[in-house]
Amino acid sequence: MRGDTTGFEVSRPRTLARALAELAAGERPMPLAGGTDLFVALNDGRAPAERYLDLSRLAELTGIAPLDGGLWLGASTTYTQLLRSRLVARRAPALAAMAGTVGASAIQNRGTLGGSLGNASPAADPAPVLLAFGAEIELARRDGRRVTRRRVAAADFFVAYRETAARPDELITGVLLPAEALRGWRYAYRKVGTRKAQAISKVVAAAGVRVAPRGGRVLEARIGYGSVAPTPVRARAAEAAILGRPLGPQSAAAAADALLAEDIRPIDDLRSTAEYRARVAGRLLEALLGELGGFSPRLAGG
Amino acid sequence: MKLRLIVDGRPVALEAPPMKRLLDLLRDDLGATGTKEGCGEGECGACAVLLDGELVNSCLVPVCQADGREIATVEGLAGSDGTLHPLQQAFWETGGAQCGICTPGMLMAAAALLARDPAPSESAIRTALAGNLCRCTGYVKIVEAVAVAARRMRRASPRRRAGARRGPVSRR
Repeated sequence: MRGDTTGFEVSRPRTLARALAELAAGERPMPLAGGTDLFVALNDGRAPAERYLDLSRLAELTGIAPLDGGLWLGASTTYTQLLRSRLVARRAPALAAMAGTVGASAIQNRGTLGGSLGNASPAADPAPVLLAFGAEIELARRDGRRVTRRRVAAADFFVAYRETAARPDELITGVLLPAEALRGWRYAYRKVGTRKAQAISKVVAAAGVRVAPRGGRVLEARIGYGSVAPTPVRARAAEAAILGRPLGPQSAAAAADALLAEDIRPIDDLRSTAEYRARVAGRLLEALLGELGGFSPRLAGG
Repeated sequence: MKLRLIVDGRPVALEAPPMKRLLDLLRDDLGATGTKEGCGEGECGACAVLLDGELVNSCLVPVCQADGREIATVEGLAGSDGTLHPLQQAFWETGGAQCGICTPGMLMAAAALLARDPAPSESAIRTALAGNLCRCTGYVKIVEAVAVAARRMRRASPRRRAGARRGPVSRR
């Protein structure tokens, strides 16, 4: 027995409307999904709350399905479900690649997309790839008797260190990969940790590009990074550096320079150093763009 | 809260605080100390059990989420007459178990793998055991044990060999 949870209360609603009613008033319980982050804190005696709202019985948060030409992922979708889904394999394989790098199977079986988003760790593995997809995060709240929903772009979701755009009475219900992002785009994902499994990232990144069928110039780009700033970040300066240019060693090097100059603010912590993170973040971008553009990045120097 | 669950095939009904860890329920309430606690943070896999057939770290699972579900632990692997499960037999023979703390979790992770993939490659075995840390063996003998057990289990029930790999899931 580690942290004492004996007196803690849990409500286990079966409908979203009821769950939201509990968040609407008074002493709000903390949402509990797969518990893979929460129980690390509880076992360490750092309980963030004494009342919890178990989301595991809410059927409304489950499922992977086509929606409006895009792909809908319920908030309770686990990494294992992403890995086993044929829809994900066909339409968003970068998401499955990400899922395979989270912890190992016991964590992949329990951890959820919604849980990761709510936990809002700057090192979260799903965040960069969701940023690259231009994903929209659906939030629901109770408005009197009605359940109202809104969608927030992933780029606007992480507002500060471990803070999200979700209001205290809102619950993350799912993630939409919009139709636009699944047509004509290519994506790549990479994570750097101390080893292939069970690692929290030192740097994690994903890039998506849409290139002109003729000439190969980059028409649109979205690049996401984790573990290099207080929140997961969209690397907009790096994106701007490749727009209108063909993907190649030169544009990739320019993007890496822009990334380091403007997009990221890595720090020293127990997992890595600012210097290592900056160097790896730049190389990672060149590798990702090389994968997307079919070229070998410039040779690593120094 | 009142809990009803099935542990190693045995129905269990008891009262427990909802945020109690499944690990503590198994060890303290049910006396099933075969499941070990290592790191207490989902890193080492010593406490791994199967929850409705899926591998989980029982130190990260609140008992409220195990209510109404089936738990399989290392204590249910051997037959009631004490006959070792082929995985246990193979771990014993190859030296896959040394100090033994990681072994219950290793066995459950391997059992979860073989239920989905009766003929795993070495890399599939290593991936399946990637969340289970061992500080004694260097893993080589553990990987070997899983491969040996898989071979013996295929021989014992050859109809699982072809086509049955994914079971009903492959229809989707």
